[in-house]
Amino acid sequence: MTRSATGFWIGAVAVVVLAALVAVSGANEYFFFAGFVVLQFVVLATAWNILGGYAGYVNFGTGAFFGVGAYTAVVLFKALSAPLWAQILAGAGVSGLLGFGIGLLTLRLRGIFFSIATVAVAIILETLVINWRYVGGATGIQLLRPPVMWPFETYTRMLFVVVALLAVLAVSIARYIETSWLGRGLRAIRDSEEAAECTGVPTLKLKLFACTVSGAMMGTAGALLPMYQSFVEPASSFSLNYSVAALAMPMIGGTSHWLGPVVGAILLGTIQQVVTVTISSELNVLVVGVLLVLFVVAAPEGIVGLARKLARVRAPTAGAA
Amino acid sequence: MSETLLRVDGVSKRFGGFTALTGVSVAIRRGERFGLIGPNGSGKTTLINCISGSLWNDTGAIEFEGREISRLPAYKRTRLGIARSFQIPRPFKSMSVVENLIVPLEYVMHRGSLHTADTRGEALEILRRIGLADKAETRADRLTQVELRKLELARAMAARPRLLISDEAMAGLSASEIDEIVAILRSLNEAGITIIMIEHIMHAVMRFSQRVMCLDAGKIICEGTPAQVVADPEVQRAYLGT
Repeated sequence: MTRSATGFWIGAVAVVVLAALVAVSGANEYFFFAGFVVLQFVVLATAWNILGGYAGYVNFGTGAFFGVGAYTAVVLFKALSAPLWAQILAGAGVSGLLGFGIGLLTLRLRGIFFSIATVAVAIILETLVINWRYVGGATGIQLLRPPVMWPFETYTRMLFVVVALLAVLAVSIARYIETSWLGRGLRAIRDSEEAAECTGVPTLKLKLFACTVSGAMMGTAGALLPMYQSFVEPASSFSLNYSVAALAMPMIGGTSHWLGPVVGAILLGTIQQVVTVTISSELNVLVVGVLLVLFVVAAPEGIVGLARKLARVRAPTAGAA
Repeated sequence: MSETLLRVDGVSKRFGGFTALTGVSVAIRRGERFGLIGPNGSGKTTLINCISGSLWNDTGAIEFEGREISRLPAYKRTRLGIARSFQIPRPFKSMSVVENLIVPLEYVMHRGSLHTADTRGEALEILRRIGLADKAETRADRLTQVELRKLELARAMAARPRLLISDEAMAGLSASEIDEIVAILRSLNEAGITIIMIEHIMHAVMRFSQRVMCLDAGKIICEGTPAQVVADPEVQRAYLGT
């Protein structure tokens, strides 16, 4: 256990250091542009998995949390010219509060009803922003990036390192939750909510906790969007595509292990970027759909589940221990 | 020994137009083995759902160790010392057997001392007593029926209850398996745990219980020693329909 923990932290630090080194190297700018999106999906998929994978509550409103994070950053930047770190913190805070509020209202609903409620929230919030002139309404808002910090050459390179840091942080939090009593409680809820409650698990509190943490993480990812694009508009910020991708990536990678969403996001995110450049941006939505159906039918435990099964087959004696 | 552990006082429960329980009152003494019988649909499971907190009673009061608990959520009642097993086993199926027990150990007993407590060791000890130790690392969805029933009891035990409610832990089991479960419940009772047994298997319930109550259509029709209850004409009518 401690050995795997050490390994994890070495890996985590290595990822951040590597990202920083690449960012100050002479690599092509497009790499950072695409890499940012992939890492942003690592954050979203990991966040989704805390509620959807561990507790089994399918959130279809990732777009809502992402969009709220983005628009919180916009308001702070426009009103106070707040620095990036403040935008991220505020995005996390507001989206976390949103998660808490939605949880309070909807987590008593089970199964499909919770999912429908989260879709509704995304639509309501998008409509609100469309009618909010201060942040540009339906046409969106153009934002001027502040000067980039040393030692980065461009703002996108800096954002790439920031999102790598956030991704590592998100995965660390998810891993902590998964391996602690919190994760065991969430899994108990997924397996049988009534039995969980009768074994002393405060199901509502735990679901609220998961929904808040998950929402806050999605908000941090969203908070980076305004500076990344220098432009924000509601339709793409609250897009259903985020909701679908954040759900599909853990499903494909595997929902029972923190590595699942990471693998799913890197795989699917990279395929999407490649398809967008080489074929068309419409087709990448189709790719998500086809892969999702394929995995749900053929490998419901995802890539991580498949790998574990293979490992068991190869070492049948070790499986018994 | 005659101290009251659980007092149910005038409890009623309706589901829409259907009345599942009407003014049920009963007092369970500390250390007692109490049998609850009644035909299908007579309200046995509704009553224990109201006691364990899975449902809230509409009227009446439920007191545990002198404290009114009928508006507490189920998890708090478990922490106070009421544990139950489910009629249809509800294991945490994605976890191993031992992990199933670690959940209540972490959430009931060791909430303040997670770092120092040996929850795994304690879980294994309970499994040994119930006779499931050799399945500790098996995933719960790979267990047989009798193993699942034992897991239900073991998981309830891990919450360190003072009152254990066993909801038809023997339905569908063979004679020797029934004897096994009765022996387990008896040894738990000898260790000081009050037990309410809900059962259809009459000979088991009659052999096990010191006192039996019979429900029919949501009302108590008889309460007394096993011999008294079996001889009661109301009980015979409820079961045989004559």
